Amino acid sequence: MNLSMRWLRDYVDINKDMDMREFCEAMTMSGSKVEGYEKEGAEVSGVVVGEILSVDKVENSDKLVVCQVNVGQEAPVQIVTGANNVFPGAKVPVALHGATLPGGVKIKRGKLRGVESNGMLCSIAELGVTVHDFPYAIEDGIFILQEPCEVGQDIHSAIGLDDVSVEFEITPNRADCLCVRGLALEASATFGKPCNAKEPQIRQESGDIADYLKVTVENQELCKCYHAKVVKNVKIEPSPRWLRERLRASGVRPINNLVDITNYVMLEYGNPMHAFDLRTIAGGEIVVRNAREGERIVTLDGVERVLSPEMLVICDKEKPSAVAGVMGGVSSGIMDDTTTVVFEAACFDGKSVRLTSRKLGLRSESSARFEKGLDPNQAMPALMRACELVEELHAGEVVGGVITNSFFDGEKKKITLDSDWINAFLGLDIPKEEMVRILRSLAFEVDGDVISVPTNRTDVETLADIAEEVVRIYGYNRVPSTALRGSAQARPTPAQKFESLVHDAALAMGCFEVQTYSFVSPKSYDKIRMPADSPLRRCVEIRNPLGEDTSVMRTTTIPSMLDVIAFNYNNRNPEGRFYEIGNEYIPHEDPSQLPDENAQLTIGLYGGDNDFYTLKGMAQSLLTRAGVRGWEIEPCADEPAFHPGRCGVIYAADGTQLGIIGEIHPLVADNFSIGGKCYVGRFPMAALMAASDMERKYVPLPRFPATTRDLSLLCDADLPVGHIEKAIRQAVGAVCESVKLFDVYQGAQIEAGKKSVSFSIVMRSREGTLTDEQADNAVRKVLSALEKMGVSLRAAG
Amino acid sequence: MKEALQKIAQEAKEALQRCQDMKELDALRVRFLGKKGELTGILKQMGKLSAEERPVMGQLANEVRAEIERELSDRQAALKAQALEKQLRDEKIDVTMEGKAVSLGGKHPLTIVLDEIKEIFMGMGFDVVTGPEVEYVRYNFDGLNVPESHPSRDEQDTFYIRDDIVLRTQTSPVQVRMMEQSKPPIRVIAPGRVYRTDSVDATHSPLFHQVEGLVVDKGVTMADLRGALEAFAKGLYGEDAQIRFRPHHFPFTEPSAEVDVMCFACQGKGCRLCKGEGWIEILGAGMVHPNVLKYCGIDPYEYSGFAFGLGLERIVMRKYGIDDIRLLFENDLRFLRQFSE
Repeated sequence: MNLSMRWLRDYVDINKDMDMREFCEAMTMSGSKVEGYEKEGAEVSGVVVGEILSVDKVENSDKLVVCQVNVGQEAPVQIVTGANNVFPGAKVPVALHGATLPGGVKIKRGKLRGVESNGMLCSIAELGVTVHDFPYAIEDGIFILQEPCEVGQDIHSAIGLDDVSVEFEITPNRADCLCVRGLALEASATFGKPCNAKEPQIRQESGDIADYLKVTVENQELCKCYHAKVVKNVKIEPSPRWLRERLRASGVRPINNLVDITNYVMLEYGNPMHAFDLRTIAGGEIVVRNAREGERIVTLDGVERVLSPEMLVICDKEKPSAVAGVMGGVSSGIMDDTTTVVFEAACFDGKSVRLTSRKLGLRSESSARFEKGLDPNQAMPALMRACELVEELHAGEVVGGVITNSFFDGEKKKITLDSDWINAFLGLDIPKEEMVRILRSLAFEVDGDVISVPTNRTDVETLADIAEEVVRIYGYNRVPSTALRGSAQARPTPAQKFESLVHDAALAMGCFEVQTYSFVSPKSYDKIRMPADSPLRRCVEIRNPLGEDTSVMRTTTIPSMLDVIAFNYNNRNPEGRFYEIGNEYIPHEDPSQLPDENAQLTIGLYGGDNDFYTLKGMAQSLLTRAGVRGWEIEPCADEPAFHPGRCGVIYAADGTQLGIIGEIHPLVADNFSIGGKCYVGRFPMAALMAASDMERKYVPLPRFPATTRDLSLLCDADLPVGHIEKAIRQAVGAVCESVKLFDVYQGAQIEAGKKSVSFSIVMRSREGTLTDEQADNAVRKVLSALEKMGVSLRAAG
Repeated sequence: MKEALQKIAQEAKEALQRCQDMKELDALRVRFLGKKGELTGILKQMGKLSAEERPVMGQLANEVRAEIERELSDRQAALKAQALEKQLRDEKIDVTMEGKAVSLGGKHPLTIVLDEIKEIFMGMGFDVVTGPEVEYVRYNFDGLNVPESHPSRDEQDTFYIRDDIVLRTQTSPVQVRMMEQSKPPIRVIAPGRVYRTDSVDATHSPLFHQVEGLVVDKGVTMADLRGALEAFAKGLYGEDAQIRFRPHHFPFTEPSAEVDVMCFACQGKGCRLCKGEGWIEILGAGMVHPNVLKYCGIDPYEYSGFAFGLGLERIVMRKYGIDDIRLLFENDLRFLRQFSE
C-alpha cells in the first residue's frame, strides 16, 4: 500500500517539516510497518520554469533551434534544442547547468554545432513523469507547461512533483489499513492529532434513479451488499491535477475523470468501485447471480473468460457485465462518449472472490482487496464519496435516489473493558483513562466498560486484541523486561543425550556433519538400484512439489549421502568423511496416519586411505562408545546399493539390525558420477539406542601376567575370519582376554582355494598365573573346535 | 707396597682421564677394581705385612679404592652427559615441518548455533521437545487460529501431502501438541525442520529450520516474554545486546511482535549490514492467542502464555557472514571445515 503524504495531510495535520524517517519509524512502531518511502522527483534537481523569449534556427542544421529563455535571472539563458514544439511565450522546464535528471543524467553547458547551450529544455519523460500525469503534454517534444507557475520557480512545486509516497506493508489481519482513511486514523492515533474525516455530501441531485435502473441480488450469500447510484450528462475528460497527483503518488495511472474517481475512492475508502455505461446494461436491470455453465465474458484486459456456476457475476438481463469483485467486462466499460454512468459499490464474499480469481487466473487490485474480507458498511460511504467527487469535478449530474441492497448484520461487536486483566496480561500499569483515550483515538466507542468495535476492525474479537490495540499505541517498548517466575529444571532426554553421544563419536572419528534435504527425487531409488518391488519405494509424496527432484520424502538416507559425496568429489575435494543424523519418512498403510519419522545416523567416506575397514573401524568405535556389546557382523551380498563382496550387516546380540556398512556398488557410484570408491554406513538411531548400555563398572586391573599363544591356521579362502575368531573365543572361555588376527596369507606356499590366517591369543586368569599346561589345554580345545570348521593348524608358537 | 698402591692410583687416574667411551671405562673398572684386578692383586699381598703395617696399608688401599671408584663414577657421569648431548644433537628435527594431524571433524554450522541456542534456553529452564515434520493441517493451521482463507494455507506456500496433511510450514504446531499433551506449567523450545514452497535461490530454501518457544502458566505476561527474549539476545550476542519489539501480526499470538536486535555493526546508527535501519529482525513472538489456548483445552482466563519462533538459517548466516543459503545444504567440505577448524 503506497500512501501519498499530501493525501494523508488532508486528514491529519502532519507537520510538513517532520523528518520522513521519524514519521516512518513512528508508524512502524505503532503497527503500520513502513517498508520505505520515496520522494517524487528526488532525482530531479536544478530544473526551473523558464519562458521562451525567442526561437531561431541554428545555421547548418535542419533541426536545431537556439532559444533565449528567461529563467528569472538577470540575463536570459541561451539553450539549443532539437524539439520543434517550442515557441516564444511557452513556459517550459529548463534544466540549468549542473542540473540532474532521473537515471543519473547530469546537465552541463556545452556547444552544439558551434552554438553555446547553457542547459536543456526537458520533455515529460526526462522529468520522470508520463502523459498520464499530464494529459495535455506530448511525448516527443518539450513539456509545454499549462500549470499556473512562475518563471524561475523550481519545477517540483510548479508541477506538483513534490509529494512523498510511503510504502506500507500491511499484515493480512488489517485490511482496514489498505486505504488512505485507514492509515489516516492510524497516523492520527500515533501522533495524537485529530483525524479530519468528513462524511461525503452531495449538493444537488435531479431525477430519480428508479427511472434508470433496477437491481436484483439473487445470491445474497456471496453478495453482502450492493449499492448503486446513477450519474447523467457525464463529460469524460482528464481529471484535475490534484487528483492525478494523488493517484500517481499511490502508484495508480490516471485515465479519465470517471475511471479516476472509482480508483480514487477505492484508495481512499478501501472499497473497490465499478462504473458501468448505462447504455450497455440491457433492460436497464442489473442482476447479481451465479454464472451459468459455460457463460463467457471478455474482461477489461481483453481476454475471453469462460465462467463456471460457482462464480458470482454482475449481469444485465442477458449477459454478464462483470466478474463480481474481480474485473469488469470490456463491453460495459466507460467510453469516451459515455453519457450515463452507473456507480456500483458492493461487498462480495472474500472467499468466493479468491476462488474465482484463482480459477480464472486473474488478479486485480479489486480482487486483492475483496479477498481480505471487507467491511460491508464501507460501501455506502464510498458510493457517496464517488458522487461527491463527480460534483466537485463537474463530471456530470448526480441522479436522485440510491439503490441499496444489504444482507448483513451491521451490529458492532461489544467487548467489556477489563483494565486490570489487560495490565496483568501485559505486565504494565496503564491507567484505565489512558486505555480509553487510546481506544477512542482508534475509533473504538467506549461507554462505561463497554467497548464497541468499529465494523471494519474484523480482527478485534477478544480482550487480548484490545490489549494489543492499547499497547501498540502506548508503546511496545515501554513494556518492561521481567524474569520468568517459578523454577524449572531443563534436562536433555535420554534420546537427546544419546544423540549427543553419537555426534561426539562421529566427530572424534574425523567426520564432518552434513545437512541434506528430507525430500528427494523418486529417481534416486533407481540410482541406488532399489528393487522395483521394494517396500521403500512407497513414500510420502508431495502433491505440489517444486520439481521432481524434491517430490517425495526419503525412505532412505543413502542417496542423500551419495549426493554429498558426489558434490565434494566433483568439486575436487580429494577425500572426505561425513555424517548426518537425519530422518527417513516411512508411510503408514493407512494414508490418513502420519508417517514414521525415523532418525538415522549415516556415515559416508571416500578418497584418501579410506576403505571398508576404515568404515568398519568407525562402526566398531561407535558401537563401543555407545556401549553396544555382543554385536556381530554378517557378510551381505544382496543389498543392491552395495558391493556384494564388501558389505556387512551388523546385528545386536538379540538379533535386531543395528546397521549396514559397505562399499557402494560401482554401478551406483557411477549413477551419482562418483569416480572412485566410496563407503556408506547407515544406522537406525532407535535401534542403536535400544542396544546401548551406558552402565560402566570398574573391573580391577589384572594382577597376574598374561600368557600368549600364536596360531597359524589353514582354512578355506572363503571362510570369514570373524567366524574363526568367534570359535577361538568360545573355546578358550573365561580366560580369553583378546584374540587378534595378525596375518592373512594366500600365495605360493598355500594350496589354491585356501588361506593361512594367524591369530594371537592372549589368556589371563584373575586367580593366578596360567601354567603352560593350562594354556596348552586351551589351545587344544581351540584346535579341536576349529577342526570341525575345517580349519587346521599350520604352526603354533 | 705403598709405592705400588700409589702407582695404581696414579695410573688409574690417568687412564680414566684418557677414557672416551663406556666400554673402555668398563674395561678399566675390571683392570683396577675387578676380582682379578690390579688393586685386588696388591691386597692379596697384605698377608705378608707386619701387624703394624697391615692397618696402615689397609687404610691406604681403601683410600685408593675409594678414589678410583670416585674417579670412575665421575668419568662415567661425564661420558653419559657427552653421549646424551651427542644424541640430542643428532636427533634434531625441523619443527616447522607439517604435523601428523588427527582430524577432529566438525559439526554443521546449523548445529553449532542450535546447540548454543539450546544451551541458553535450557539455562532458563526450557526443555527441548520435537514434533513431526509431516503434520496434520489441524496442528499446522487450524489449532493455531489460522483462518481458512489465510494465504499461508495456499498450495503456493505450503507443501501438501493430502488435504489434511502437510509438510509443516513452521515449528508452531509443536505448541498445540505440547498444550494438548501436557498441563501447564509448560516451558519448552522445539527446534526442527520446516518447509515452504520457496524456489531455491541465495536467500530462499524450500527447507529450513526454526526454533519455537512456548511458555504457559498462570500469570505469564508480555513483560516476561520480553525478559526471556532479552536474556536470549544477550546470551547469543553478548551482554550489550539490546532488543526492541515491533507490532506485527501472527494468527496464533495476540499481541504479536517482531523482535529486532540492535545492529552490532553500527550500534543502531544504520549501516550496510542493517540496511540503514539500525536494527536487525531476529524473531517473531507474542502472547499465545486465547483461541489457541481454548483449542488446546486450556482456560485462557486461568492461564496465559507466550510463544516465539526464530529462523535458524538467518541467525547462522549473519553470525558467520554467509551470503548464500544454498551453501548450508550443499555440504562442500571446504565450507564445512570453516566452522570448526
